[in-house]
Amino acid sequence: MEANTRSTGRLPAAFLTPGSSSFMDFLSEHQPEMLPGKRQLPPTQGVIEAPHGTTIVATTFPGGVVLAGDRRATMGNVIAQRDIEKVFPADEYSAVGIAGTAGLAVEMVKLFQLELEHFEKVEGAQLSLEGKANRLSTMIRSNLGMAMQGLAVVPLFAGFDVDREKGRIFSYDVTGGRSEEQGFAATGSGSIFARGAMKKLFRDDLTEAEATTLVVQALYDAADDDSATGGPDVARRIYPIVTVITEDGFRRLGDDESSEIARSILERRLEQPDGPRAALL
Amino acid sequence: MSTPFYVSPQQAMADRAEYARKGIARGRSLVVLQYADGIVFVGENPSRALHKFSEIYDRIGFAAAGKYNEYENLRIGGVRYADLRGYTYDRDDVTARGLANVYAQTLGTIFSSAAEKPYEVELVVAEVGETPEGDQIYRLPHDGSIVDEHGSVAVGGNAELISNYLDQRHQDGMSLAEALKLAVQALSRESNGTQREIPAERLEVAVLDRTRPQSRKFKRIVGRQLGRLLEAGGAATEAESSENGEDSEESGASEE
Repeated sequence: MEANTRSTGRLPAAFLTPGSSSFMDFLSEHQPEMLPGKRQLPPTQGVIEAPHGTTIVATTFPGGVVLAGDRRATMGNVIAQRDIEKVFPADEYSAVGIAGTAGLAVEMVKLFQLELEHFEKVEGAQLSLEGKANRLSTMIRSNLGMAMQGLAVVPLFAGFDVDREKGRIFSYDVTGGRSEEQGFAATGSGSIFARGAMKKLFRDDLTEAEATTLVVQALYDAADDDSATGGPDVARRIYPIVTVITEDGFRRLGDDESSEIARSILERRLEQPDGPRAALL
Repeated sequence: MSTPFYVSPQQAMADRAEYARKGIARGRSLVVLQYADGIVFVGENPSRALHKFSEIYDRIGFAAAGKYNEYENLRIGGVRYADLRGYTYDRDDVTARGLANVYAQTLGTIFSSAAEKPYEVELVVAEVGETPEGDQIYRLPHDGSIVDEHGSVAVGGNAELISNYLDQRHQDGMSLAEALKLAVQALSRESNGTQREIPAERLEVAVLDRTRPQSRKFKRIVGRQLGRLLEAGGAATEAESSENGEDSEESGASEE
């Protein structure tokens, strides 16, 4: 009964041992080397160069939540990738957007998705939204060693809370500290500018269409002032990824929908480069 | 020093098989059928929480008859196997064939090892394909053998009777309602040739539906949707019965 999952023989004993419903717990007992947090990093001097993803924004509206991200990954002052995806469905009712070291972030999302799905299959029930948010906290905490070497991952987690029947947003810091955000939130290098834009545009009574427009406006403003954030790329037809989560579940806007939002914003910005203005009083 | 009794290997295996079969026969049977848009699992199960059918992976479902704690253990082992494999390689590299092989090895090793009690379970592993031709259904009896099935399969104590009934009536391209109706008819047959009524709330129904937009195709059918399907299936059979003769159910019973 060797614990060798690669052979096509019988299930190893670890697989048939009653235990936790968590895939990460199973993995840490069975094949710990496969967990990103368990990896040993050689001591390095200075910051490791790896592509970084930048700005993720989210906003709630009555009936759901919108999570969106730009498409640029940078390595120093070089644009490493123009069409990177940083916003992913976590499960049917939640999504996660990740700023920080792209490679680690994508791996973390994959493991997080699997963690939620595994729990659901084993238990026959979904984790609560709070439970999912806490699980993500644990994962970020396990990455702290790498974060100290400059390979930080900072996610934004948004979902529809089926019990409370509303959209909720959770933001994190590199140590795994979690806080629930009211209304809107942003993470990544362009987040300061995005948050400023959202602060002026956000209202409690936005419709879904207004909320999706709001996040693209915010990303535009982030790209305007932060060189690491990419704006809508009309020439290459690369538009921000916008996702909406309501009681009907997760939905990613199609390219035609997001291009329409981006193009209408661009058109207005040709007349008014600084974007919509809030009333003074 | 006492000499242990000699038991021939044939006898030992026969005894173990007999033991496992008896254990499996104590539970209710269940059926797995192909229909036009996928694969449907139907069984009688008074419990809402302890399932006989469940999701293993995107396109793979699991059904089991026999001892609950034993097949639950195998189910979780299968979920771990599938998730780990998908995590290590890719989601497409998790297949029903691979899973069925692992189950067969596991059951086979346990069955032929004298130190372990044979599992009193019979499993079905099914994978829904892009087209009905791509569907795969594997039946795994308690001894670790593996049978590649087509169209319909029944496992459990009454399996032989039920699969005979299904073999005669199952057709390719049935609608979900028709397949469900056929499954319920098959399950409600008793070994003495009589029929009994299985109320909808005692039915556990799940599908692997290839038309689902999500990558996870497994879905439970409960409550109102189940009621609607059962009604639709009933109506369809009645409409058909004007052509095929009213006695489709009775003729099935009288054949025994």
